[in-house]
Amino acid sequence: MEPYNIYISGVGGQGIIKTSIIIGEAAINTGFDVVMSEIHGMAQRGGGVSTELKIGHAKSPIIQDGGADLLIAFEPLEALRALSKLSSSTYMVVNNSTIMPFNILKSNIPYPDVKTIFDQLKSVSSNLMVLNADEIAKSVGNILSLNMVMLGGALAVPDFPVDKNSIIEAMKDNLPEKTLEINIEALNQGFKLFSI
Amino acid sequence: MNIEKVLTGEKDEKLFLLGNEATVRGALESGVQVAATYPGTPSSEIGDVFSKIAKQAGVYFEFSINEKVAMEVAAAASASGLRSFTFMKHVGLNVASDSFMSLVYTGVNGGMVVLSADDPSMFSSQNEQDNRNYARLANLPMLEPSNPQEIKDLMKYGFELSEKFKLPVMIRTTTRVSHMRGMVKFDTVNRKKEKGFFHRDPERFVPVPETARIMHKELVEKMEKIKDKSENSVYNKIYNNDADIGIITSGSAFNYVMDILDQHKIKANVLKVTFSYPFPEKLVLKFLKSVKDIVVVEEVDPVMEKEVLTILGKYGIKRNVHGKLDGTLPMIYEYSPDIIVNSFNKIYEPKIPRNKVFKSKVRVPKRPPTLCPGCPHRAVYYNIKTVLDDLNIKDPIYPTDIGCYTLGIEAPYESADYLLSMGSSIGTSCGFSKATNQVVISFIGDSTFFHAGIPPLINAVHNKNNFLLVILDNRTTAMTGGQPHPGLPVDGMGDAAPEISIEKIVKATGVQNIKTINPLNIRTSREIFKEALEYQGVSVVISKYPCMLIKNQFKKKQIKLEVKENKCRECLYCLENLACPAIFLSDNGSVKIDGLQCKGCTVCKQICPEQVIKVRK
Repeated sequence: MEPYNIYISGVGGQGIIKTSIIIGEAAINTGFDVVMSEIHGMAQRGGGVSTELKIGHAKSPIIQDGGADLLIAFEPLEALRALSKLSSSTYMVVNNSTIMPFNILKSNIPYPDVKTIFDQLKSVSSNLMVLNADEIAKSVGNILSLNMVMLGGALAVPDFPVDKNSIIEAMKDNLPEKTLEINIEALNQGFKLFSI
Repeated sequence: MNIEKVLTGEKDEKLFLLGNEATVRGALESGVQVAATYPGTPSSEIGDVFSKIAKQAGVYFEFSINEKVAMEVAAAASASGLRSFTFMKHVGLNVASDSFMSLVYTGVNGGMVVLSADDPSMFSSQNEQDNRNYARLANLPMLEPSNPQEIKDLMKYGFELSEKFKLPVMIRTTTRVSHMRGMVKFDTVNRKKEKGFFHRDPERFVPVPETARIMHKELVEKMEKIKDKSENSVYNKIYNNDADIGIITSGSAFNYVMDILDQHKIKANVLKVTFSYPFPEKLVLKFLKSVKDIVVVEEVDPVMEKEVLTILGKYGIKRNVHGKLDGTLPMIYEYSPDIIVNSFNKIYEPKIPRNKVFKSKVRVPKRPPTLCPGCPHRAVYYNIKTVLDDLNIKDPIYPTDIGCYTLGIEAPYESADYLLSMGSSIGTSCGFSKATNQVVISFIGDSTFFHAGIPPLINAVHNKNNFLLVILDNRTTAMTGGQPHPGLPVDGMGDAAPEISIEKIVKATGVQNIKTINPLNIRTSREIFKEALEYQGVSVVISKYPCMLIKNQFKKKQIKLEVKENKCRECLYCLENLACPAIFLSDNGSVKIDGLQCKGCTVCKQICPEQVIKVRK
C-alpha cells in the first residue's frame, strides 16, 4: 500500500520517541511494513525533537515536503516548525500547551502568539485538532502521560491505520507496568475528545 | 519491546529494531566474544545494548577509555582467535586510527568488524567527515548497509569475510541508518568459546620496518583477492529496468532513490553498491556500458563518483556522469527524497512533480538544546562569569571540549570559544596561554578528561603554562546517554570496578593548585574560582556534582523552589543570567518556577538580588 506518513514533533523529554515506537510496533503487529527515523543525542536537552514514520511500502522513513498524512505535534511552535511537511489534506493533532525555548528572552524572534500559530496551521489544512494534553495528563494523574493523550487524539483521526487495541497491546510492551493504567486512561481521554 | 529481546529473540522472530540494536543482534548471531567502544552518537546505543545484555550473552564488553584502546582491545582478542567487534562514531576512528592503520598490516585471526557511524549533516558531531575514505587510506574491505535488516546481515557477512581473509572488515553506517527503525528477522544466536589463545608470531604481529614491508605486500595481495568477492557479491545489486539512465548509489541515498523512482514510476537502472571497497570495477563497468547516462547518488564526499570517472577513463568509455562534481547533487550534508527530486529535475525531463511547500508567515524562533534544569554546569558558568566581572578581567578565552558543556556556546553563558576534538580544550589552552596575554579558562568533562585530557595536562605543567582548567565532573558520560567511565565504581557490564580518582591523576601530572568544589554552592565556588584565577601557572578546579539525568539520585525528599508571591520586582536577573528552563515569565509578566521542571538545585535562590526565591512548602 501507499505509505501512511506520520510526522511527530515536540520538545526533548515529552516522550516522542516512545510514542513513535508504540505506533510502529502496533502497525507491525497489524501486518504492515514500517520504517521510522529518530534522532538521538543533543536533542534530549530541551531542544526540538521529531520522528518520521512510514506505514506501508517504503524504503526510507524520511517524509517529503508536503507528504505527511498526519502531524502529531506535542507543542504549538513545533507544529509550526513542521509546516513544510504538511499539505491541505494533512490531519494535525496539536497540543496547545506551550514551552518557551530557553533563550527566548535573548532571541530576536519572539515566540509567536498561539492564535497566530493555529491560524497558520488552519491556512494549510482545515483538519486541525487541538487539545490541552498537559491538563488532561495531569487530570488522569501524571503529566508524563501527555504523550499517550496525544496518541489517543491521533487514534481518532480518520484513516489512522492502527486500531486502539493494537496500540494498547504495544503500550504493554513499551511502558512500565505500574504506569500502564494511567497511560491507558490518558489514551482514552485523548481519544474521547475527537471520536464521534 | 524489552531490550533483552535483542538477545533472547528466537529464530524467525521479527522485531521493530533500531539500526544500532540490529547491530548487536548481528554480532550475537556471529558469535562475537569481545566488544569494546567509547560512546559516541550516532553509535551510542550499540554500547548501551551490549552493556545490558553482555553478561547474559556470555560476551565480554567494555566501555574503553577511548576509541584507540577499544580498537586495541578488539584487535588483541582477534589475534587470540576470538571474534571481536569495535564500534565508534566517525571521529572516534580518528582517535583509533593510529592502531587501525597498522592492524590491517598485521591482520587478524578471529573475525573482527570495525563499525564507523558517520554523521552527515552533523546532528551530534563537530564535522561530517566521510569515513569511506578510511577504507581507502587503510586498505581494508568496506560494507555499507541501508537499513537495520541489512546491518544485521552485513555484520554476519563481515565476520565471515574477516575470518576468511584474516583482515578486519569495516562497516560504515550513517545517522539515518543507525537511527532508523525497521523490521528485522532473527536467526539463531551463536555462542562461541569464551577464551582464546595467542600463538606468538612476531613476524606477523610486530610491524617493524623489516616485517612491515612484507606485511604491506601481503595486504595488497589479500585485497586483490577480496576484489573478486566485491565484484561477485550478492550485496551489490543491479535493478535492471532496461533504461537509458543508470543510478549508482549506496547507504541511505539508495532508499531515497528507490522511493522516488517507485513513487513517480521513473524508469532507471540502479546499482546498489553495498560491498563498496574494493570498489567492484568490473561490475560497475558492465553497468556503465548498459546505460547512456550515469547519476551517482552518494552522501558526503564524491567517492564513488571519482571511482566511476576513473573506470570510464581507464577503459576509454564516454558517458555523462552526474553527481556532486558537476553540481547536480549537493557537495555537503545528508540527502533527502526532496534533494533527489530537485537534483533529477536539474538534468531530466519531464520534471518530477513536487508537492506544494507551505512556509510559515511568521518567523519561527529556534529551539536549541540547552543545559537541563539543575545541571551543575550552569552554576559553573554563572560563577566564572561573575567572578571575571568582579576581577575586571576582559577578553578571556574559553577553550571547551566535547560534551554537554559545549552547550555553553549559547547566551547567556557564552563560555565556549574554541573547540577541535576530544581533549582539545587542554592542548589549545597551552597554545593560547603561550600566544596571548589573555586569561584562559578551559572546560573539559570527566569522561573526556579520561579519554584525551591527561597527556595535554602533563604538557601544560611541563611547559610552564598559565591557565585555569575546570574539570566538569558530573559522574557520567552525559551527552551520549549516561555511560560509565573509569572515574566511576562500575564498569560497562554493570560490575563493581576500581574508581580512578581524577584528583589524584591531576596531582600526579604536577599541577600544584587543585581544588574540588560543589558548584551549586555559589559563594564558596566563587571564592575558589577567584583564587584559581589569581594563581600563576596551571590551576585545576574539579567541579564535582552528578548529572541531573542520572536515575535514582533523588531518593531523599527533593525540594522545589518558588518565587514569593508579590515580592519579585521582575528585575529578570535570574532569567537573564541563568536561563534555567524551569524559570519562566508567565503571561502576566511575573517570574515563575515550573514545579515539574525544578530540580531544587537552589542556584536561583542563592543569586536572586531581591532574595525572593524560597523553598516550596
